[in-house]
Amino acid sequence: MIQSSSIWKFLKGRGFRFFSGVPCSILKEMIAAAEEDPEIRYIPAVKESAAIGIASGAYLAGEPSGILMQNSGLGNVINALTSFNLIYKVPVLMFISWRGFEGNDAPEHLIMGEKMIDMLETLGIPHVTLSEEYEDELKWAIGRMKEKSIPVAVIIKKGVVK
Amino acid sequence: MKRSEAIRSVLEGLKENDIALFATGMTSREAFSIKDRPNNFYIIGSMGLISSIGLGIALNTKKKVYLFDGDGSILMEMGTLAQIGAEAPKNLVHICLDNQAYQSTGSQPTISNKVDLAKIAEAAGYGAANGPEFILMKVENDEGEPPPRVSVSPEQMASRLMRSIK
Repeated sequence: MIQSSSIWKFLKGRGFRFFSGVPCSILKEMIAAAEEDPEIRYIPAVKESAAIGIASGAYLAGEPSGILMQNSGLGNVINALTSFNLIYKVPVLMFISWRGFEGNDAPEHLIMGEKMIDMLETLGIPHVTLSEEYEDELKWAIGRMKEKSIPVAVIIKKGVVK
Repeated sequence: MKRSEAIRSVLEGLKENDIALFATGMTSREAFSIKDRPNNFYIIGSMGLISSIGLGIALNTKKKVYLFDGDGSILMEMGTLAQIGAEAPKNLVHICLDNQAYQSTGSQPTISNKVDLAKIAEAAGYGAANGPEFILMKVENDEGEPPPRVSVSPEQMASRLMRSIK
């Protein structure tokens, strides 16, 4: 398991200190660690679309930024992605939890759990699923983000980050 | 007051460094044809998103941020009013140009004739000392041909805004 604090340390080292998001049980340790870290500003958002708007505004003001959300929230940000971030070339690092992975979850998570990767592919959003090789994966995600100047998704499965 | 007059009256009073953000649709098109500036930012899609973008900008700059929003767009993402009230950036002025209609799609009515957006903003925390301001301007649509679409590309808009905030 990856420690949340190790992820935040890595992100801070790459200049990422401003985040917004909507909670998910899979992300609870990561959000708690962000809120305890005085060097990170975490804005609790009322909705995933607000989170991506806030993070996008931060980027426009010169602050590298990211969001955290459950994959159910991907549905709430698709319009922002297609008619804002992807056309204005506004990159945001998106941490997305993977509820419904391999069909082992409550009914409301099964369809998004199965389709999330296809959706990201269809939208042209680069994505990586976090593992013990998280430093290389985050490095790749941030690299893609800077190179293409668009949002990139980092997927987090249950039990991978504590 | 016509919406174009309302936009003009605020826009012409802005200082050179002030940032101005404009909601999707006619608000952006009118502002663009009245007075384009490098630190004007028009959102051509994503109706409702400009308010959270404005919040993200206001939290990361000391410059004053003027957010020209519409009734339809505020109603679409009304949770963002609570978000702004809670974060309370004092450099944010949120102007609601309320024409009670979705003009770009044929002036279908919104529900802002029945909902008091100023009261909602106040309840969310706008208007407190050292907090964000909310200004509700009841406006009429301009008649005649609509102004042309914004001709600056989305990518250029983002990069010129970033340069002017720096």
